[in-house]
Amino acid sequence: MTPQLILFIVLAALSVVGALSLILQKHPIHSALSLIVVMVALAGLYLLMGAEFVAAVQIIVYGGAIMVLFVFVIMLLNAGAEEYTNFSKLAGFAGVPLGIALTGFIAAAIARSAGTAQVSGSAAVLAPTRTISEMIFKDFVYPFELTSFLILVAIMGAIVLAAHKEE
Amino acid sequence: MVPVNYYVILSAVLFGLGVIAFVVKRNIISIFMSIELMLNAVNLAFVAFSQGMGKLDGQVFVLFVIVVAAAEAAVGLGIIILIARNRQSLNVERVDLLKL
Amino acid sequence: MTFLNAHAELLITLVKIALLLFIVLTVNAYLTWFERKVVARMQSRWGPHRVGPYGLLQPAADGLKFLFKEDPTPEGVDRVVYYLAPLLALALALTSLAVIPFGPEPLRFFGHDIYLSITPPDLNIGLLVLFAITALSVYGVALAGWSSNSKYPLLGGLRSSAQMVSYELALTLSVVGVLLMANSFNLKDIIVAQAQHPERGIFGWNIWPQIIGFLCFFTAAVAETNRVPFDLPEAESELVAGFHTEYASFKFAMFFIAEYTSMITVSCLCTIMFFGGWLSPFPASWTFTHYLPSAILIPFGLWLIWAGIRYETIFGRIILPGLGTVIALLGLTLAVFPGVNSFIQAPFWFLAKVFVFLFVYVWMRGTLPRFRYDQLMSFGWKVLLPVSIVNVVITSFIILLRSGWK
Repeated sequence: MTPQLILFIVLAALSVVGALSLILQKHPIHSALSLIVVMVALAGLYLLMGAEFVAAVQIIVYGGAIMVLFVFVIMLLNAGAEEYTNFSKLAGFAGVPLGIALTGFIAAAIARSAGTAQVSGSAAVLAPTRTISEMIFKDFVYPFELTSFLILVAIMGAIVLAAHKEE
Repeated sequence: MVPVNYYVILSAVLFGLGVIAFVVKRNIISIFMSIELMLNAVNLAFVAFSQGMGKLDGQVFVLFVIVVAAAEAAVGLGIIILIARNRQSLNVERVDLLKL
Repeated sequence: MTFLNAHAELLITLVKIALLLFIVLTVNAYLTWFERKVVARMQSRWGPHRVGPYGLLQPAADGLKFLFKEDPTPEGVDRVVYYLAPLLALALALTSLAVIPFGPEPLRFFGHDIYLSITPPDLNIGLLVLFAITALSVYGVALAGWSSNSKYPLLGGLRSSAQMVSYELALTLSVVGVLLMANSFNLKDIIVAQAQHPERGIFGWNIWPQIIGFLCFFTAAVAETNRVPFDLPEAESELVAGFHTEYASFKFAMFFIAEYTSMITVSCLCTIMFFGGWLSPFPASWTFTHYLPSAILIPFGLWLIWAGIRYETIFGRIILPGLGTVIALLGLTLAVFPGVNSFIQAPFWFLAKVFVFLFVYVWMRGTLPRFRYDQLMSFGWKVLLPVSIVNVVITSFIILLRSGWK
């Protein structure tokens, strides 16, 4: 029972509890808060693995910008608690077993493959920011420019959608 | 030392929970959040494999996934605001006509 | 004893956390005293001077008031979120102090090295952790405004969090110039990069090449912490409402402490990144300046003894000379023991610079009027963000020129 294994179990349990809470909560703001907990737990897992830059970016961008957008929209639209209709109960009956079956299938396929039984989480595998940035700006510079163009398109789309139409 | 398999199984479990949330929830915003949960699960698998193999390509791809998720969230939430304004409800079962 | 030796690092970290929490909360309390005194003097009035000698017990009285005041919970609030918001704000503000290094050399204590920061000094992403915490602290404000189940706190909370998100971009971009010069996110490396020419003293600090970056950073940081002149979303509480209207005694105190702690964090960040952190402003060859802490503390202690003996109340006549004696003896110890003196140089300069920044914060509070909300938002997006980007471009251009277009 190394400290890393204990930390992994704690963070993994936290993320699973957060995901379950996302499903079981009735009010969307509580679901949003549970999703934030999942993201922070995942950032902790990235730190445990040694991917420190990705952990920081996850918290800054996902937890600090995207989820803030979700929380803003929930507040502005005054979303109330959910109502469960007949169709959602049917979806629950059919969907939950299928979802569990899908998860079980994927997990069993992974656990059976002995090829990827390498260890992760040692401090020697620390991912330096310098190497990641060299890769982004040298090998992957074309996708990087494309994502900046994608963000520009998204900004224009959001502005067009939010513009008030003059009747 | 935690084996890579543990992280990937956790990623599969989170993905399954995201699928279940997508199917069960009736609020549009909650369904959108379940999509973000699925994307996060996939990110975890990417980073786990990247650290397991010692190459950093997985982490660079995770950065791109995060950027695309941000763009998608911005536009998707804009559309959701318009739908809520037009239909006065956030229940996804009320958005069942092709013409609003 | 072997138990202590085996778990030494854990115990040392726990003791450091407890000590830092105690020191920061005390500094917060006396920062409120300092603010009220300085703003009052700027407005030609006394400030607190009745509760204890020179008003020094005013923070204690305020703390007692916060503890004993009634703490009602309004009807119809979302209980979980209502209790979570101030907790989140306070926890995040206090956590950001964990990565700040107060000095370069460790204390040697029974064979263990105790570094003057809670996280180990080789944390490669120190600055990114601070930005992550700044990004998360938007939630404290937004959730507080929303969960209060009332129109004005909701609007105040939304405005305030929109302001914080807008200025976050300018905040992170204005720091990129410093990062390019230091080649690392580690806060200690940033200070070491400014110490490359120790004979330059004050002229080797980052403020001279990065003056635009510093102005952008300081403005954006003041907007992030919701202080004057950017505090319209919360100063509405002086008129109508703000995001912490429905919060009563102790929860309001938590927001209050969170705001002052983030002020302290921003001051520490400014000194680390632009003003040389723990480096002395004098050139390294002037070793007689090592006696400056003693030269300040001993006369101040003696003056306190002299003023205390002539104070009006009996309580003051006992406490103030006692305080003065302690300070004078501290200065004397520093002058006599050179080992302690050389160790105390770095934290002394760090704390002195942080104190100067806190004074500038309080000075702005007493002097400047506040921005209107639309002026605030247009300033953040139309002026500050382009200026930070221009700063990044100019800095990278000059660094490329210096290294000869390699």
